Amino acid sequence: MDSYDVPESTPRQCASSRLKDYFIGATPLQKRLESVRKQTSFIPTPPRRKIPQCSQLQEDVDPQKFAFLLHKQWTLYSLTPLYKFSYTNFKEYSKLLNAFIAAEKQKGLAVEVGDDFNIKVIFSTLLGMKGTQRDPEAFLVQILSKSQLPSEHREGKVLWTGWFCCIFGDSLLETVSEDFTCLPLFLANGAETNTAIIGTWFQKTFDCYFRPLAINAFNLSWMAAMWTACKMDHYMATTEFLWSVPCSPQTLDISYAIHPEDAKALWDSVHKTPGEVTQEEVDLFMDCLYSHFHRHFKIHLSATRLVRVSTSVASAHTDGKIKILCHKYLIGVLAYLTELAVFQIE
Amino acid sequence: MSVLRPLDKLPGLNTATILLVGTEDVLLQQLAEAMLKEDCTSELKVHLAKSLPLPSNVNRPRIDLIVFVVNLHSKHSLRNVEESLHHVDAAFFLGKVSFLATGAGRESHCSIHRNTVMKLAHTYRSPLLFCDLEIEDFRATMAQRLVRMLQICAGHVPSVSALNLLSLLQNSENPSLEDL
Repeated sequence: MDSYDVPESTPRQCASSRLKDYFIGATPLQKRLESVRKQTSFIPTPPRRKIPQCSQLQEDVDPQKFAFLLHKQWTLYSLTPLYKFSYTNFKEYSKLLNAFIAAEKQKGLAVEVGDDFNIKVIFSTLLGMKGTQRDPEAFLVQILSKSQLPSEHREGKVLWTGWFCCIFGDSLLETVSEDFTCLPLFLANGAETNTAIIGTWFQKTFDCYFRPLAINAFNLSWMAAMWTACKMDHYMATTEFLWSVPCSPQTLDISYAIHPEDAKALWDSVHKTPGEVTQEEVDLFMDCLYSHFHRHFKIHLSATRLVRVSTSVASAHTDGKIKILCHKYLIGVLAYLTELAVFQIE
Repeated sequence: MSVLRPLDKLPGLNTATILLVGTEDVLLQQLAEAMLKEDCTSELKVHLAKSLPLPSNVNRPRIDLIVFVVNLHSKHSLRNVEESLHHVDAAFFLGKVSFLATGAGRESHCSIHRNTVMKLAHTYRSPLLFCDLEIEDFRATMAQRLVRMLQICAGHVPSVSALNLLSLLQNSENPSLEDL
């Protein structure tokens, strides 16, 4: 299933269901149902993970092309495979989507004032945004406002951007047939109404399903460790964590900021195998932060919920919001997010 | 006496005592109340503890079953349980200890992976139960199950012992389908 190794100590003896043992003569369908169920129960943790390497973008792609993807807050969604999607029909899709948006806005569902009908939808491919050769090409959808003066022929302001990608999505690619295009990760920036409209159009046209991708505390701590492990020439932002303490009447937020070089130094002292990150190292890294905090403030951060992680590489919020700051590790960040999206789909 | 031993006291007449260990006070309290509401031929005693070792100056009955409650939302509860496990005698792990993991339903709040708890239960050769203690119906079902387990561990069910129960529960954890 995964391209990662599974050590022997992973509980092979622990079954996900006790009832299945009664099916001694399990039919192939039951076996397949069981294996599918085991995947859906929870995100299985790979005990090792590669540290995102820089420059995994193909060499012929100019990183400046993707500069517009950085420093923007993206809302994450997971997307099931698209049926009969074709990269050659972009013009047609643009027209259809344009008409759909105009129709929706006329219906009065969207409360936008101003240039409702002076919008243009553009589909374009993002070449080079992939992990392996097998990954389908990423593509971008943008809603632009058409300039009022047609004589100027100037490209209008970008109102909404959304892009679909798949980075190292091997586990999903293996299971779908030819008619489907697998782009499990969808990132959107812009008004929520536009996201909803575009989502509806895609769902109707390609028989897919969007779901908001939430990132739980466990994955956030993995991200914190992986991104702190990335080698950076200079640090743009402090490493910051935000925890939410559930208490009445209002939740309390605890924010903990560390100098990024200190965080890197801590990580280096914890890290053993080069090029790989293990569960124990992540736990140890976070435990060091927790115990340091406890020593000073007598608060057990481990009893609270990690809500936001912010490093020089990227920052992520548990609601599924991400901002990528460093183009070197763009692919690495997206690879992890793709993995989370794939697990949410399955 | 800092280590809990299973047979260091005489049993009370028709009494079964369970010890719930965990950092989640509210959930443990609610589970205890749900258990005490159950109809049971034995007299039930529920003890709650935040962590082990228990204070030694208190006179308490013999403990028949220990349930360690881990909240998957909080790493602190896992650490607490791991520390407490050191104060339990090895003889307890012959069917008289069980782990209960709560909070698996709200995946977005989980900071411990399910496999971590499964590994812990596997290391101590004890059964692991999953239950969202915040939901009343699940709590009631789990309370019923724990009462039944407690009766067996206290020896009140004829011809079934704690060790029998343990081997029954472990037999159902067969080799996974990957071997088939």
